[in-house]
Amino acid sequence: MTTAPAASEIECVFRQEYSRAVAVLIRAFGDIDLAEEAVQDAFTAASERWPASGLPPSPAGWIIATARNRAIDRLRRETTRQDRHAEATRLFSSDMVMPVDPVNIDVDPMPDDRLRLIFTCCHPSLAVQSQVALTLRLLAGLTTAEIARAFLVPEATMAQRIVRAKGKIRDARIPYKVPDARELPNRVNSVLAVVYLVFNEGYTATSGDRLTRDELCAEAIRLGRLLVELVPDDPEVTGLLALMLLVESRRAARTGRRGELVRLADQDRALWNRALIEEGQHLVRSYLKWNRPGPYQIQAAINAVHSDAASAGVTDWTQILLLYDQLEAIAPGPIVALNRAVALAEVQGPHAALTVVDALDLERYYLFHAIRADLLRRLGRLSEAALAYESAIRLCENAAEREFLQTRRQSLD
Amino acid sequence: MKQYLLSVYQPDGPPPSPQALETIMRDVLAVRAEMKAAGAWVFTAGLHPASTATVVRVKNGEALMTDGPFAEGKEHLGGFSVIRAEDLDQALEWGRKLARATTLPIEIRPIQDDRRTEG
Repeated sequence: MTTAPAASEIECVFRQEYSRAVAVLIRAFGDIDLAEEAVQDAFTAASERWPASGLPPSPAGWIIATARNRAIDRLRRETTRQDRHAEATRLFSSDMVMPVDPVNIDVDPMPDDRLRLIFTCCHPSLAVQSQVALTLRLLAGLTTAEIARAFLVPEATMAQRIVRAKGKIRDARIPYKVPDARELPNRVNSVLAVVYLVFNEGYTATSGDRLTRDELCAEAIRLGRLLVELVPDDPEVTGLLALMLLVESRRAARTGRRGELVRLADQDRALWNRALIEEGQHLVRSYLKWNRPGPYQIQAAINAVHSDAASAGVTDWTQILLLYDQLEAIAPGPIVALNRAVALAEVQGPHAALTVVDALDLERYYLFHAIRADLLRRLGRLSEAALAYESAIRLCENAAEREFLQTRRQSLD
Repeated sequence: MKQYLLSVYQPDGPPPSPQALETIMRDVLAVRAEMKAAGAWVFTAGLHPASTATVVRVKNGEALMTDGPFAEGKEHLGGFSVIRAEDLDQALEWGRKLARATTLPIEIRPIQDDRRTEG
């Protein structure tokens, strides 16, 4: 007698299988809305039947087969109504969708389908905000309400954004396919940028009170893992996953008991997640062999060096500075220069670092002022440091970070 | 196959030098030839300057005329092409080529299917 699966077990299956089921159905029926509705219907049926009958041998197959049947039912109803409008709102015309008999669709889905879906959601003709919303909706299976909350926009706004994006995919005919070899590197970069954006949004909310938004980081990492599975030969994809794992490993140490920000130098390293660090470092070692460096790989390597240090005092800053030199060479810009200056301060002292920082044009960036303030403080230039902290506080949109900066400002008095 | 409108947006002001114009025209004609060879070209039109335009509006049953283009602004429609493409990626590829040739921004917009508007 099989034991009834727990609700949480079923929920877990749904989270894992949502994007795969949607991706296969989109390929078969050429319609995102139809695919989503059909998969939702299948999930509803599963949550009614599985507690009694137990998990089927292939939950993914069950969901896809059930969703397929629901989709066919819906289409039959529409055809009976001779609803030409319904046909016209199909996302991809029938000559674009692969000639698959929906009744016999491959229940064992190809990995390509989720790849097609990711590339479609992250098509560069869509605004980045729309790419993010679609990715979270279709690949992470978040509800519109959840996505709206994560990005602090009204639900109606987020719903509009998603409707418009789907409309553009349909009307401008964004193809449901994996880009060809020539386009692939650029398109992969778009996808990585979206995933990283989601992770960053979760790790340090740009506005609002919570320092972190756990769900977004978890989704970003899940997407990162999926991408490594689907695009195994691009080291930047592995680099991004490694970077996210290593940053995420410090989550527990990053916030204090009152939710206040704790800087890397002050964190209790015993709270770092060793499993994530090991996984991240393993990935870093694996792509170093390929010798095709890129920004995500280097940033991950920098974090790996931090993770290697048992305490802040034994951090190998020389190695970190070398990595920043490499990063500047391939992806120069003021933000990289700013972060490099932090490492430079540890190797050559705050004066050298301040010279670099003062030359940067980052007036609107709160961290520019915060880093300047810290360097000025170390040089004993306290009144200037105070002014810099005040600029940082004015520009900072996150309450926890602002509080941290205020504490630093007050410590000067 | 779907049709797309590729619109060229031209800044107001003096035209480029004759030399620059010659290069641009040569490059634009090359793209057009490429489009024709690929079976993608449907139609192209270059427009006279925005100052030659007239706008007609009907207000209270009366047709009013104004001298000049519809939109106030620093750029106006300079010309357009209608092309055939499988999907947006293909249309964007033509858009990129046209943008390089004209040195101007190109708007790529899908044309509605005739099927849907038939009675």
